[in-house]
Amino acid sequence: MATRTGKPAAPVTAVEMGARQREISVSEFFTKNRHLLGFDNPRKALLTCVKEAVDNALDACEEGGILPDLLVKLEVVPDGATVPVVSQATRFRITIGDNGPGIVKQQIPRIFAKLLYGSKFHRLRMSRGQQGIGISAAGMYGQLTTGKPVKITSRTNPRSAAHYFEVQIDTKKNEPRILENKQVDWDQPQGTQVALEVEGRYQKGRASVDEYLEQTIIANPHVQLFYVTPEGETKTYPRTYKELPPQPREIKPHPYGIEFGMFLKMLHDTKSHTLSGFLAGDFCRVSPALAAEMCRTARLQPHTRPRDLHGHPAEMLYKTIQTTKIMAPPTNCLAPIGEQAILSGLYKQIKGEFYTAVSRPPAVYRGNPFIIEAGLAYGKRPDETAAAQKPADRPLAEGEEHEKDDELARVIRYANRVPLLYQQSACATFKAVLDTTWKNYGVTQSRGALPAGPMVIFVHMASVWVPFTSESKEAIADYDEIRKDITLALRECGRRLGLFLRRRERAQGEFRRRNIFELYIEEVAEACNRLKGGKLRTEKLKAQLQKIANSKTGGMKTDEALGKTGGGPEGLPNSIIVTREGIEGEVAVAESASVPVEAASGSQAELFAKKEAAGKSDKPKLKSKPAGTPPRRRKK
Amino acid sequence: MAKTKHKQNGAVAKKLVGLADVVITAAERSKDPTLAIPIRALSNVSFNPRNGLIEMGKKKQARSFFNVAMAKKFMQTILVADALSELQRADLTTSLREIYYRTKHTIKDSHENTFDTQDESDPVIEDLEVSLAALREELHVRAENGGSVVGPLVLEDDGDRVDCAKLGKGGYSVPSIVESEYVGIRRCTADFVLLVEKGTQWNRLSEDKFWKRYNCVLLTGNGQPPRGVRRLARRLHEEYKLPVYVLVDNDPWGYYIYSVVKQGSINLAFESQRMAIPKAKFIGLSSADPERYGLPRNVGIKLNEKDIARAKELLNYQWFQKPAWQTEIKRMLASGLKYELDALANKDFQYLTKKYLPRKLKEKDWID
Repeated sequence: MATRTGKPAAPVTAVEMGARQREISVSEFFTKNRHLLGFDNPRKALLTCVKEAVDNALDACEEGGILPDLLVKLEVVPDGATVPVVSQATRFRITIGDNGPGIVKQQIPRIFAKLLYGSKFHRLRMSRGQQGIGISAAGMYGQLTTGKPVKITSRTNPRSAAHYFEVQIDTKKNEPRILENKQVDWDQPQGTQVALEVEGRYQKGRASVDEYLEQTIIANPHVQLFYVTPEGETKTYPRTYKELPPQPREIKPHPYGIEFGMFLKMLHDTKSHTLSGFLAGDFCRVSPALAAEMCRTARLQPHTRPRDLHGHPAEMLYKTIQTTKIMAPPTNCLAPIGEQAILSGLYKQIKGEFYTAVSRPPAVYRGNPFIIEAGLAYGKRPDETAAAQKPADRPLAEGEEHEKDDELARVIRYANRVPLLYQQSACATFKAVLDTTWKNYGVTQSRGALPAGPMVIFVHMASVWVPFTSESKEAIADYDEIRKDITLALRECGRRLGLFLRRRERAQGEFRRRNIFELYIEEVAEACNRLKGGKLRTEKLKAQLQKIANSKTGGMKTDEALGKTGGGPEGLPNSIIVTREGIEGEVAVAESASVPVEAASGSQAELFAKKEAAGKSDKPKLKSKPAGTPPRRRKK
Repeated sequence: MAKTKHKQNGAVAKKLVGLADVVITAAERSKDPTLAIPIRALSNVSFNPRNGLIEMGKKKQARSFFNVAMAKKFMQTILVADALSELQRADLTTSLREIYYRTKHTIKDSHENTFDTQDESDPVIEDLEVSLAALREELHVRAENGGSVVGPLVLEDDGDRVDCAKLGKGGYSVPSIVESEYVGIRRCTADFVLLVEKGTQWNRLSEDKFWKRYNCVLLTGNGQPPRGVRRLARRLHEEYKLPVYVLVDNDPWGYYIYSVVKQGSINLAFESQRMAIPKAKFIGLSSADPERYGLPRNVGIKLNEKDIARAKELLNYQWFQKPAWQTEIKRMLASGLKYELDALANKDFQYLTKKYLPRKLKEKDWID
């Protein structure tokens, strides 16, 4: 055509095309696709960086058998000479320190500056991190947005020296580039500290760093955390539970959870020399006898070398395995948070009237064992309710109504103790919450919505392999087995809540009945008196009417139901009930919360306390019950 | 006359005090104080074909104090009785709304009001009217002045002589209480009474001096006529033997207004004796009129679901069982349209005065 200016591109030959094709490194891939790892926008990126570093720190401490003391510090990086206000700032320095076992010198560069390098991918053991992407991706993000390296200080024990590294990632090769490596004096006997400089945005509210840390503390009450906000305020979260979670054991894969391709690879890589040895040795729950039986069923020699098994026979064996009855995988590889710890975490972080927690027995999806735990905090602390009622004291005009609370419940989700903050609606836990018929438990819920009310719903999934919907670990995939178990746990919580609410409502209903009669008796007696020209003995009439009212409603029983006569706790397992008079239930653990930092010598806490001015400590104290009323402990 | 008035008051006042006695006696006997209140609903009225009136049945509802569902109502009833008794003692009259304000307060030590809206106090007053068998006037409660009258009629109100032929277009505003103690009819030379549903048409007729030409009394109640208007029409009908014609919109609500004038209402069935005019005639707008008077279809309005449901209810009322009425209502339903009186203006602004009514009267085209 005459109008066309450029020549059409010449066809490319296969040879030329071939010459253009080359390998893409993982780092290059994730540089372009950083949203896959949770770095879509500056606000989320800041959170992801904190999250990855905190996850690693906690994993390291727990694996090293150390009660974690954590420091999280966010600082605004000055823009030239001026320091921008926090809400306008776009650059932050993130510092995360722990008192964990430290990292040996040789490994530091690769852990922090090589993607897909880690200790957790090749084993089946419950941990926060899985792939070995997180912290190096955070470092890469920092490098990409600010050009600054990741700075690491680590010491493995008080007798050896502390090492300081500055590393960057060579995105082409996915290899670390060491910019600085020296021994330094460090006042901390043991642990690791990472500092990153990244582009980010700090905002409070939903899915913020603050929320993430708060939720982390709920599910990890054994952690002590110091958090320095960008405004320079220090928040202290004391340890409320002084036991480390049990060490989860590493397990071998369960035959049901293996796909065929994976199975072939295992056949090829195994160290066993015989097929039956491979089956019994590389999988869990397969005994030598069972292995031999499976070989027989698949018409294979148990002495065949695994490497020689290909094609059809391998498929036959795989199919046989899937149809053979095999015990469910062992569950000692899981470390649930535990009902007590959940209760104490919820109790400390959320102000409510009723708390309960449920740990489900272990279950299995695709050969992976998992445990679902659910918890619930309901209501407002009595003193807050009382305060809120005050302004309503003036009489109502026509058309006015008492203000109603129509807030919706909040769902807090965890996978292996890590809070999940994004993609709530894609998550199996959220769907399970919606699926639960909360109306049965005395909570209102509109169709397809969260239940209404001052309520926080806690759901935790612990598993050797949590099926996330994406690499940025934001939502749990919706497997039927998982959803079913979450639903069961929620129902149990709901049932307890329902019992609590019904009892309270019944007592209040009776109380209200008597109350209105009392109020109306006053009115009626006075009106009768006026009708009779003021010559009536009103007191006598009131007394007579009151007597009838009592006989109609059973006054004594109401008093009892309301706990006015000092009745016992309400027989709900693993629950805490907070009333104006005090706290009922298993709060012994929670009570220890009011004991501040324990004196672990040289702990992060102490160091931190030294560094910061002593007067600055504004530790949020746990709201403890009024003095003089000891907590009533439930009898077992 | 004043004497009888006082005597009556005495009786009503006694009845009100009697309510207090119910409470006191019950309390002394350790019984739940209970009032028996006649039910004001369709289930408790019947149509008496002999006198053509809707009459109230004998069904009563117990209202007890110590029943959670009724406690508040009971308390409210006693409070209203107290307020009414106060009116009796002070010999004052007042409105429904003022009773509501008088009895409204926040109950001591609570956030609860005795009454939240007037909708709660109005039925209580009606309950008392029924259960004490006292007229509203006797309780010293008046409704709003809601009607006008013009025509060859001379009234006496509070000693003033009111000549309804000399009050311009606006006419005389009918008070809510028109009993002979309050309003006397001095003279009436009219041949009939025309009761119009809407103020607009009444204004048209008044402006055109329709009443002069056809020698009638023009009345309107602006919608459902209030008691004063109904009672005045009834007195003219009774004392001066005037026929009463009712002119309403052609829709189920218009039909019902006519039936209330004629037989009384369900809610106030106990007042039928005094208010109803069993010989009142329905002059229009009939569902036959659009065709007969050549009203175009496009000035009609489509019957909505509520209209249709209401019309079907009317078809079942005993007092609409006459064949003429069944045909009338069914014809409206069949056409699927309703017509407002205002639609007559489509032909001419003065069509109502100059053509429609004259022809209706001449042809005696009405339904009984």
